[in-house]
Amino acid sequence: MSAAAHSVVVPSTTAKRVAATLVIVYALISMIPLLWIFATSFKTPPDSIAYPPKIVFTPSIEGYCNLFTTRTRQTREYIDALPAPTGFCDETTRKRNMVIAGPSNFLPRFVNSLVIAFGSTFCAVFLGTLAAYGFSRFRVPLADDLLFFILSTRMMPPIAVAIPIYLMYRELGLSDTALGMILLYTAVNVSLAVWLLKGFIDEIPREYEEAAMIDGYTRLQAFRKVVLPQATTGIAATAIFCLIFAWNEYAFAALLTSGTAQTAPPFIPTIIGEGGQDWPAVAAGTTIFLVPILVFTILLRKQLLRGITFGAVRK
Amino acid sequence: MAEVSLRGVSKSFGDTEAVSELSLDIADGEFVVLLGPTGAGKTTTLRLIAGLERPEAGSILIGGRDVTRVEPASRDTAFVFQQYSLYPHLTVFENLAFPLRSPARRMSEAAVKARVAEVAKLVRIDHKLENRATRLSGGEMQRVAIGRALVRRPAIYLMDEPLSSLDAKLRADLRLELKRIQAELGSTMLYVTHDQIEAMTMADRIGILSEGRLVQIGTPREIYTAPANLHVAARLGRPAINLLPVGLLPDAAAPAGAATIGARTEHIAIGKVNGAVASGAANGRVEWIEHLGDQNHLHVAVAGHKLVTLVDAATELRPGDGVSLQLKNPLYFDAAGARL
Ligand SMILES: Nc1ncnc2c1ncn2[C@@H]1O[C@H](COP(=O)(O)OP(=O)(O)O)[C@@H](O)[C@H]1O
Ligand SMILES: [Mg+2]
Repeated sequence: MSAAAHSVVVPSTTAKRVAATLVIVYALISMIPLLWIFATSFKTPPDSIAYPPKIVFTPSIEGYCNLFTTRTRQTREYIDALPAPTGFCDETTRKRNMVIAGPSNFLPRFVNSLVIAFGSTFCAVFLGTLAAYGFSRFRVPLADDLLFFILSTRMMPPIAVAIPIYLMYRELGLSDTALGMILLYTAVNVSLAVWLLKGFIDEIPREYEEAAMIDGYTRLQAFRKVVLPQATTGIAATAIFCLIFAWNEYAFAALLTSGTAQTAPPFIPTIIGEGGQDWPAVAAGTTIFLVPILVFTILLRKQLLRGITFGAVRK
Repeated sequence: MAEVSLRGVSKSFGDTEAVSELSLDIADGEFVVLLGPTGAGKTTTLRLIAGLERPEAGSILIGGRDVTRVEPASRDTAFVFQQYSLYPHLTVFENLAFPLRSPARRMSEAAVKARVAEVAKLVRIDHKLENRATRLSGGEMQRVAIGRALVRRPAIYLMDEPLSSLDAKLRADLRLELKRIQAELGSTMLYVTHDQIEAMTMADRIGILSEGRLVQIGTPREIYTAPANLHVAARLGRPAINLLPVGLLPDAAAPAGAATIGARTEHIAIGKVNGAVASGAANGRVEWIEHLGDQNHLHVAVAGHKLVTLVDAATELRPGDGVSLQLKNPLYFDAAGARL
């Protein structure tokens, strides 16, 4: 039967449907926590702790109001004496016998996260690309040992060096500074970047640069004009890996930042404490926290998809 | 354009001697082809001249200047690589313009455009200038690769089997074109290949390379009619030269010390016989006639050896026929393989 023989090569429609269903079910299960957080961020505080949990509810942006503001409790008389509320947030807050005292720390913490994560990603990828190029193209003495040493910095659980780093940072005045966090995340990520990028650059035939150098380009010019454009896939993939690490990092951020340089991960849990267990505000913070990685990944998804094969397939 | 000299150049990689004590002079405007099998050191020789490898010994002169320690960018060569010839992220135009836009050259954009247009026409790719380099057929890619070398007027063009990845028809076309372009421009060219036809048809002089050594250099005619040794003889001619032990065929003229006879078609007279053979000839039997289209090969068995010669398509010989074989001024080689 030719149809049966055919099905050996091309999966049958049924098989495709089963596979698609399984993938969708798996995706849904994996996404439940995310959807839960997303839904919670649009609930009112009472709805968020209702039991049994409310699947259907009237959406409210109260969580977002609470995320971006600090509030103080006031007497009814004081609130009634105030001029008319200026917006939705103002109005909702007053209904809960509170007034907005000022902006919360969420925005500056979020900006810290952006600066530190993108800054360290840029540094790690920049240094990683140069180092990977060097290892790939030049006869580096003890290259294998050096590469192993670079990798070995990733083998230890980071928390094992937490105390020495804490003490060093205090001595150097790097505690609670964006520079300190950028340096730290760069140091952690650069090893990953070197290893990933070396694989990609090894795949680019050196004849391309050699041709450029014969044509009158210096090595650095050849690197810029010929190697970099062909390494974009690898660079994008590496950047995403580095960014995800730096963006999500909690332990060092909690240990080394407490004030001006605090990033979003250690800040978000602190929202719980302010004025009762404000789950919608926490969920709102988490939802916003997810956005940059999502956007960055979507922007680079083409490169990422090709890059995920770690340079095995180019073009 | 300029003359190029290699003086006792050696280069090894670990234990492999890729090129050893190579000396070669290429005159201004000369087309030299180095012919050798894979691993003979052809690519390494070109890379040494271009400056991509540093020799362990010897010196390299381009236009009289010792460039042994000079960077590739300042050597004024153009290189066509065997593989990976085009930048995949650039268009055909950008590929052709790339050497001209090098910071070392500082050509005006108008001059670049004019030059690229000129060369694109020369290599017949002017209709695809805006194509991505990866969106071309093999022949077109190779034409662009050659074009990218031709946009410059370097001291010497170095070409590393630029036609080897192409099909036969295209190879034949480009072979002629390349020779025509070289002759027109009067450029100095060092071209390496393992294809004897390319060597025979294009070269002013052929150098035979074997295991990193230059075995012989001379005009195609010289190399063909007077090969220095068995190795060189075996590299040229189609069908390949017949190598027979002395004495297999009667030969009064064999010099003392001859161990092997090299006989090409033109060295053997073959006639159909019925019955006894004339003295001074051997008796053979036609095994089969191979029709290759452009050539017809006659396979003859004689005293346990096999001979292959060219034969006319209209030959009256048939498989099974008896033939007489007579040598006419063949090549003689001693026991060590050197020609006598
Ligand atoms: N970069 C290299 N590292 C190690 N060995 C090499 C290198 N380049 C060439 N060789 C060796 O040198 C010899 C000559 O190589 P090559 O010049 O590429 O020959 P060809 O071009 O005639 O095929 C071969 O044995 C090859 O394996
Ligand atoms: Mg080669």
